[in-house]
Amino acid sequence: MSDSTTTAHNPYLQHHYAEMEQQVDAGKIGMWLFLATEVLLFGGLFVGFAIMSAKHHEAFKLAHEHLDRSLGALNTVVLLLSSFTMVMAVDSARHNRQKALVWYLVATLTLAGVFLGVKYFEYSHKFHLGLLPGKYYAGGGEDAVGQAMFFSFYFMMTGLHGFHILGGIVVIAWLIRRSIRGVFTSAYNAPVDLAGLYWHLVDMIWIYLFPLLYLIG
Amino acid sequence: MADSHGSYLQEPRGLRSWLVTLDHKRIGLLYFWSTLAAFVLGGVFAMLIRLELLTPKGTMMTADLYNKIFTLHGAIMIFLFIIPSIPAAFGNFVLPLMLGAKDVAFPRLNLASYYIYVAGTIIMLVAMVTGGIDTGWTFYTPYSSTTGGSVSLMVFGVFVLGFSSIFTGINFIATIHKLRAPGMDWFRMPLFAWGIYATAIIQVMATPVLGITLVLLFMERVFQIGVFDARLGGDPVLFQHFFWFYSHPAVYIMILPGMAIISEVIPVFSRKTIFGYKAIAYSSLAIALVSFLVWGHHMFISGQSQLASAVFSFLTFLVAIPSGVKIWNWLATMYRGSISLDAPMIYAVMFLALFAIGGLTGLFLGALTTDVHLTDTYFVVAHFHYVMMGGTFIAYLAGVHYWWPKMFGRMYSERLARVAGALVFIGFNLTFLSQFVMGSRGMPRRYHSYVQEFQPLHVLSTVGSWILALGLFLILGYLLASLRKRPNAPANPWGSATLEWETSSPPPVHNFDYTPVASHGPYDYDREQVTA
Repeated sequence: MSDSTTTAHNPYLQHHYAEMEQQVDAGKIGMWLFLATEVLLFGGLFVGFAIMSAKHHEAFKLAHEHLDRSLGALNTVVLLLSSFTMVMAVDSARHNRQKALVWYLVATLTLAGVFLGVKYFEYSHKFHLGLLPGKYYAGGGEDAVGQAMFFSFYFMMTGLHGFHILGGIVVIAWLIRRSIRGVFTSAYNAPVDLAGLYWHLVDMIWIYLFPLLYLIG
Repeated sequence: MADSHGSYLQEPRGLRSWLVTLDHKRIGLLYFWSTLAAFVLGGVFAMLIRLELLTPKGTMMTADLYNKIFTLHGAIMIFLFIIPSIPAAFGNFVLPLMLGAKDVAFPRLNLASYYIYVAGTIIMLVAMVTGGIDTGWTFYTPYSSTTGGSVSLMVFGVFVLGFSSIFTGINFIATIHKLRAPGMDWFRMPLFAWGIYATAIIQVMATPVLGITLVLLFMERVFQIGVFDARLGGDPVLFQHFFWFYSHPAVYIMILPGMAIISEVIPVFSRKTIFGYKAIAYSSLAIALVSFLVWGHHMFISGQSQLASAVFSFLTFLVAIPSGVKIWNWLATMYRGSISLDAPMIYAVMFLALFAIGGLTGLFLGALTTDVHLTDTYFVVAHFHYVMMGGTFIAYLAGVHYWWPKMFGRMYSERLARVAGALVFIGFNLTFLSQFVMGSRGMPRRYHSYVQEFQPLHVLSTVGSWILALGLFLILGYLLASLRKRPNAPANPWGSATLEWETSSPPPVHNFDYTPVASHGPYDYDREQVTA
């Protein structure tokens, strides 16, 4: 009722905020906190991996030879590129370049799709060889128990990461729909901004996963 | 005053308007009734446990059933009641009002957190009726990864509940940062907000680790990934590290909001400015910080290294400092104050006594040598009930009595409140003081039969639990009875100085009819303007 603000009324300003800047800041705080929870969620897996790889050093080394480094590297490049297109999308929204915004978002979505496609090939290859987690491991080799554990971590870490990519795809698709309708302008673009933060974190996690799983083992 | 027409309870009308509400006050009430229902269910299990322990040999239930009952008691009380109760019910209802805000930062996320809580609760209930679970609420491996029953489903339910907790925490941090009324700087915030802030930090930072731990446990059961199983090259102690990395900070998720309520109630009913505002505010943050560094004190007999145990023991003693700072500041606030023993204050004073016992016995358990003797005995059970029930739950009752007029616009019977308070205090101490004695004499926890010598103390404890239950039902009775009366609560029945009392009881939909301004501190009782 007492919306006695001096700024021009923005239709996307929610009733409990006095002005847009306050709303955007609150959104950013919320997103950064959410990203912190993501780091801690993956953190548990990283700690578990570190402890188990110290315990089963040789087996983890043997097991990681099964991973295809060039496909992993390809995916790293794909995600880095997608982070670039995402930044450009955020920048386009801020500067009212509506068409560029749509295209950069479509590019990001496409790259995310490519990432999952490559991951699909990698996964099906592992399934074929019986390199599966836990009790389903049928790859044999020396110290099969340790190797099974490696693949448990491999699938849990890349799987959880893959779910985050999927979540990102849903969000980006929603952003594309909204941006085609011209919702995002220099006056209102917080959702693009926040999705961008999320996407960079997902990218960052992969940047840690790739060397850990593919290169060091 | 006193006319609830147009209040948030009245408008908008209809069941649907409640189920899809984005109003923080209504979401607070949804949480309030849901967590209360969980408390009653968990309480029923507690009464069954005490009833079984009346006799040394198992009479009512088999050992297996007993294991399931105490597991459900613990899991329900912890995950469905204590963790969400004060932050999600009172935090939601009171925090924005105190800050002079119209709502929390993210109202939709707030509603989502409630439905996630409901979903998690339903999953847990399904797990309960389809096989149950007998691992204890701590889900220790390798037992939990190999036993039958609905462990996987239960673990999934707790995982889901974690999101509810995280969303609430994110919401409160953003709200406190961005939605304070004009004039309210950080040190004009009521201490309740500081306590909720510290709690929210722990909710956000610790809960994800529990989440991933439960995922690993779930995977262990489905795929036998072996991380927590020594036969498969894993390490069961690792589970304990992961679990307590969340669950120790989680006990501060439980106690900090209780302390936050006490910090509100004591100055109001002592009619005095709080003593050591900054010390209390910072000690909440200190507790939140140190809480992340003490998890190993749950594992003194797990086989972790001696050095780790010694360090954890030392860090555990550190927690006593900020807790002690609070206790002394509350006492100093009361000193030479003009104390009125209304129902909220009765519970606040009760809190001081019971929490002091709970906190000091924690030092016995934090010391290595005594802990080795007392681990897994009733001493531990008594200690955490003194902290969780004597501390948090009694503070929760203080909060219920303090904010009830604001929430529902009704005053309850002060005389019955005193009777109930006496019953609760006597019943509680009978129930759990006897358990300290039993524990120090070696009565192990989680046993459904015991040696003859302990029977007198067990009988005392069980009778105490009946008195306690009687007191609690009396409270429920007069509170519900007050709802049938006509609205009779003035805007500020206690003469409080915080902002939530400046609006009508119950508040209008948009909280305030004007933009409130924090023109004075939250406990400025030295100013003459503040009148009842």
